[in-house]
Amino acid sequence: MKSIIKGAGYILVHTPDMVIHNGTTQTTERVVNPESEYLKELPEHIRSFEDTLSYYPNQVYIGNVTPDALAAVPQPWHDKKCPETSRFGQFGQIMPQEEFLLLMQACDVFDLVKLDAAFVAAHKAALAANPIMDETILARIGEGIEAAEVARLVAQEHSEGLYHNGALVGCVNRAHDIDVNLSAHVMHENLVSKASSVLALLSAVKNAGIEKDAVEYVIDCSEEACGDMNQRGGGNFAKSAAEIAGLNGATGSDTRGFCAGPAHAMVEAAALVASGAYKTVVVTAGGCTAKLGMNGKDHVKKGLPILEDMLGGFAVVVSEDDGVNPVIDLSILGRHTVGTGSAPQAVIGSLVTDPLARAGLKVTDVDKFSPEMQNPDITKPAGAGDVPLANYKMIAALAVKRGDIEKKDLAKFTEEHGLTGWAPTQGHIPSGVPYIGFARNDILAGSIKRVMIIGKGSLFLGRMTNLFDGVSFVIEANSGTAPAEAGVSEEEVKKLIAKAMREFAATLMGQAE
Amino acid sequence: MDLENQKRVKGFAEQYGPENVVVLLGAAEGEAAGLAAETVTNGDPTYAGPLTGVQLGLRVYHVCEPEIKAEFDPDVYSEQVEMMEMVLDVDDIVNEMTDIREQYCKY
Amino acid sequence: MGILAGKKVVVIGDRDGIPGQAIELCAKSAGAEVVFSSTECFV
Repeated sequence: MKSIIKGAGYILVHTPDMVIHNGTTQTTERVVNPESEYLKELPEHIRSFEDTLSYYPNQVYIGNVTPDALAAVPQPWHDKKCPETSRFGQFGQIMPQEEFLLLMQACDVFDLVKLDAAFVAAHKAALAANPIMDETILARIGEGIEAAEVARLVAQEHSEGLYHNGALVGCVNRAHDIDVNLSAHVMHENLVSKASSVLALLSAVKNAGIEKDAVEYVIDCSEEACGDMNQRGGGNFAKSAAEIAGLNGATGSDTRGFCAGPAHAMVEAAALVASGAYKTVVVTAGGCTAKLGMNGKDHVKKGLPILEDMLGGFAVVVSEDDGVNPVIDLSILGRHTVGTGSAPQAVIGSLVTDPLARAGLKVTDVDKFSPEMQNPDITKPAGAGDVPLANYKMIAALAVKRGDIEKKDLAKFTEEHGLTGWAPTQGHIPSGVPYIGFARNDILAGSIKRVMIIGKGSLFLGRMTNLFDGVSFVIEANSGTAPAEAGVSEEEVKKLIAKAMREFAATLMGQAE
Repeated sequence: MDLENQKRVKGFAEQYGPENVVVLLGAAEGEAAGLAAETVTNGDPTYAGPLTGVQLGLRVYHVCEPEIKAEFDPDVYSEQVEMMEMVLDVDDIVNEMTDIREQYCKY
Repeated sequence: MGILAGKKVVVIGDRDGIPGQAIELCAKSAGAEVVFSSTECFV
């Protein structure tokens, strides 16, 4: 049995107040340098929700603008306005902070999130109007408490404040008096991850056109850890998000690998489906508050807006072969092993050229590579360069070494086989997977045949090893020879093809803009 | 530069004497290389870490700079680093590093 | 006398440039003693 990509969901959440209160660059600065110019200037650089809607990379993330269209827009992008400004896209949505705080409360099952009653009353209707929300989630939202009680909890009970437009509108209480793993800070971080994962799950299931009950397994691949002092990373984000999302037929587990986590999770999902263990598996991840404003000092110093003001989330539905949807080819897996080392050429060799060589393929047989898709508008001013472009240059350099391309074609290779990054620097979120939605569309439409998704992870940050990590896999056009038991009727095939053509048309319109 | 790394650099300079310590960088861009080099010579320019206001003046090089590259076993360099010369803007890195060393390096 | 031979080397690598471990091997090949090796990550 082959496994296929049935659909994907991509969501962003604009969290300007969390940049200030929860991003580690800012929380660290408040400890070491509380009177710094940076902290004083920071609020002037925060973007409005409207600004984030007209930001090109955000519109690409939710599927309203194609990667090709983005590549044609000269950088930088922060000073340009994207003509497409819808908060909803073919893959998901951009959620404003006020709706997200309510969603966080709905995702809390331990009575930890307390919102000001006036805030709830002011914004509940907006969340109810969000087409992805259903009655069971909305029914979880309480009436809220007095503002004075929120202030008391933050001042006296170590609760983590929830802010909106600079005002305290709620808090997350600690879940234990002495266990740091259940502190208000950790619970806040984990509830943000969970709530954004729920939003991604709902989007992916809807986009895949499947019933919620069809999902049998969920894999969470974020970078947070939930547990208590006796099992600090015990888990299980996957099942807890699946519960709120109403995936009643699903079990699940968490997999971790820093930024390589999503690629590992995708391979695991594909293998679980291919083995017949589960028919439909969803890989999901929510966003990360710690990384908000991570490079803010550089952005502020250069007079830019704080561009790391978005939480990212994604979910991909992997299911049994239907003879139509693109296939995850488990015979072409790139793996960075313990013995690979950390030399860049060894890393890229292990992830790109080695697996292709094993399959008898040339680098040029892959139409598009999706390594780490960090938005260069964010990373370049921070001195981290254009990460996707650096990856393409490395792939091209190895391709030259292998004789797959001529040295004079280096630049052409990165243009033809590369993409311009659009993902927020949320660690695991940019790592290869942001392209899966577009890749599925383009493969279904027949414009490309084969893509490689590459995840790389900085394991050394955990101080348990000095090793690097990486994993890659290939998604290919379906040859259309699904086994009979998959049971896709001719009519369904026609429907899927029609849907793909509509999506392709939408893509072309996006490019025309 | 990461606060923990600053703490370690400071500790090693005290332990071994700054004249005996050399810092090698692998930064992806000239600007980032320059900032790291400035941190271990003239102090943390972001005023965040233990090296804030500490002028160690250490010898510091980016691994792709010609004079440091010349000291490596060519086979090791070729296997571990060389490909990145096609990826990085080495000239920009060399300029930034030279500039910082000329201003702040004491050894 | 070179820059590295016999010296204590501190390696600050970059995940998206040259990682610490790769620099470490180079430094050792030049006769330096690597006392610390780390890799930074900006993404």
